[in-house]
Amino acid sequence: MGGMLLPMVIAFPLAGSIILLLSAGEMPRRATQLIGPGSVGLSALCALFLASSFLSDPPVSGSFHVVLWHWLTLPGFAAQIALSLDQLSLVMMLVVSCIGFLILVYAAAYMDDDADICRFFAYMTLFVASMLLLVLASDLLALYVGWEGVGLCSYLLVGFWYGELNNALAARKAFVVTRIGDALLFVGLTLIATDVGTLDIPTVLHTIHAGPQTTLGCLLLLGGAMAKSAQVPFQTWLPDAMAGPTPVSALIHAATMVTAGVYMIARLHDLFLASPFTMVACAIVGTVTLLLAAGSALTQTDIKRVLAYSTMSQLGYMYLALGCGSWQGAIFHLVTHAFFKALLFMGAGAVILRMHHEQDMFRMGGLKADMPGVFYAFLAGSVALAGLPLISAGYFSKELILSNAWNLSPLLWFGALSGAFMTALYTFRCVFLTFFGTARGHAHGHTGLAMAIPMSILAVLAIFGGYMQTPAEIGGINMFANLLSPVFGPMREVGGTGLLLIGSLVPIIGVALAWTIWKPRDAVPAPANHPVQQVMRANWGFDAIYNWLLVHPYFTLGALNRRDGLDRISDGITWVMHGGSQVLARMQSGQVRRYAGWIAAGTVIALCLAI
Amino acid sequence: MSAADPSAGLYVAVILFALGLTGVLVRRNLLFMLVSVEIMLNAAALAFVSAGARFHDPSGQVMFIMIITFAAAEAAVGLAIILRMHAAGRPTLDADSGNRLGG
Repeated sequence: MGGMLLPMVIAFPLAGSIILLLSAGEMPRRATQLIGPGSVGLSALCALFLASSFLSDPPVSGSFHVVLWHWLTLPGFAAQIALSLDQLSLVMMLVVSCIGFLILVYAAAYMDDDADICRFFAYMTLFVASMLLLVLASDLLALYVGWEGVGLCSYLLVGFWYGELNNALAARKAFVVTRIGDALLFVGLTLIATDVGTLDIPTVLHTIHAGPQTTLGCLLLLGGAMAKSAQVPFQTWLPDAMAGPTPVSALIHAATMVTAGVYMIARLHDLFLASPFTMVACAIVGTVTLLLAAGSALTQTDIKRVLAYSTMSQLGYMYLALGCGSWQGAIFHLVTHAFFKALLFMGAGAVILRMHHEQDMFRMGGLKADMPGVFYAFLAGSVALAGLPLISAGYFSKELILSNAWNLSPLLWFGALSGAFMTALYTFRCVFLTFFGTARGHAHGHTGLAMAIPMSILAVLAIFGGYMQTPAEIGGINMFANLLSPVFGPMREVGGTGLLLIGSLVPIIGVALAWTIWKPRDAVPAPANHPVQQVMRANWGFDAIYNWLLVHPYFTLGALNRRDGLDRISDGITWVMHGGSQVLARMQSGQVRRYAGWIAAGTVIALCLAI
Repeated sequence: MSAADPSAGLYVAVILFALGLTGVLVRRNLLFMLVSVEIMLNAAALAFVSAGARFHDPSGQVMFIMIITFAAAEAAVGLAIILRMHAAGRPTLDADSGNRLGG
């Protein structure tokens, strides 16, 4: 049964995408809104059915495994397209298909008046299909196909409104930066393939042994994952990627694609365990990213950019957890983050839509009265992002990561704690600026049911979703860790009541401080413009450094090389062809008698040659 | 009964074919062009018959009957096209005016 249904999970969104792509924009609007979310909805239904049959009747081997076809067989290397469903990919599959479905339903309303809605849903469904292939692949080469697929869809959707130059530039930047990571990942995969002779994940994990080559391979894979997840030093693309429509940011740049790196490392955790150096590097990268991104988020004026930086920061927590070897913690945070960050983006999207595409928080204010429903949904997401104790999903996952970080090094723990403090600060800065105080803009229209229902479902999940896994002091529910234990092994008992108390107090202090700084006043708030804050707002100057160090020299080289000799050869061929076609085109007079004459002449010449 | 010299038939066929081809190339009236094509077809048929007589082979005459059939079909299709062009509002039979496909 599982074997039958597993490919269908991917096939439904893929079929939807193909139908929408082939219709070339001619599909009626209603049909598009039905096919786009509908195909992903069918996929989510399949996924839920698979999940119930997997959990009620677990397979003997530990996973459903379906070999679709053998891709290539070479001496010393074989690759197949195979899907496998174990507890880890089950969790990911549910997150991608179910949250994807909610976001697509939301998007159907959000994009209702867009002329290119057909193209939008074609790319979105293609994205869901690629992402599902990525999480279900049992072979690293198939995983790589999905990995490239989501990168392509991210590029297409960031540049969805390509009429504006800035959007197209943002799409190019996202593509090029992630492509650097893809190249690293590919080299890493090739290294593993030459070492092991296959990229089948279970075989790779069984045959791997510690050594310099494994460490190099792990570092390359980590580089690929970091670029996908916008970790330092590859983080520059994610804030610009907010140029895409808001549902895209919710689905791709918050809930799923950027977490692909986290999933890959968790999937290959045995490989990374063989390389302690990579693990430490991973933890440090995560901590640095979460601090830098939180700092940038504190100074943004654009509501979507705040969320983009907070996504980077939360991904930093996941990398910290991976580096600590707390695979459950990373995946748990991935799941709760998918709930609350998708919700926050949906809330921001609803605000932006009703403010007529105004994204500057300093021009909003006082929206609580105009849109109470959106406010409470956004508040639920903010509470979860800030990690307020007990009433949020983010609290439990963040505590799990914090306690594991303490176990590895108190320094990392302190970094993560400062990050948590800043998270509460910038999250509620955003809430206070947007929804409280005097109205500096006016909201129009209303938020429809198709947007409200997904938001309310996610709001419930953002508040209560954390009760899958709680610390020993608060109930000690271990549902999530028990579910994943066949993949990751039993969870280590770490942490203590003291750590938990500190971790619970810090977000509250952050929210209180945010209230004292940004509480509603009579004066209209203005963004702070201290030079340090300007540097922080500009992503700590990373963009400027990269432009100066890499982009400008590259463009200069390109300009210098514009008229090189090799081009002359191809230009010459073009010139000859063009001239020849000009001569021959004269024969094409359109007069049938001339054609008959040419045919007769040609026949005579052919006969003469034959005789 | 003395059979005619088959090579004479072949000469006639060559002359007929050349006349037909000249007609197709020179005439601008579509109806006359169709008639010229018929002449070329008949020249080919005559060549087959003459060659069949020369080699005492009946397949030359088989080919003749087939070519006659082709010619009938061709005339039917060609005349139908001309009628359709007229029905579509084309005022002339001039072949040179139909050059909209010119490059």
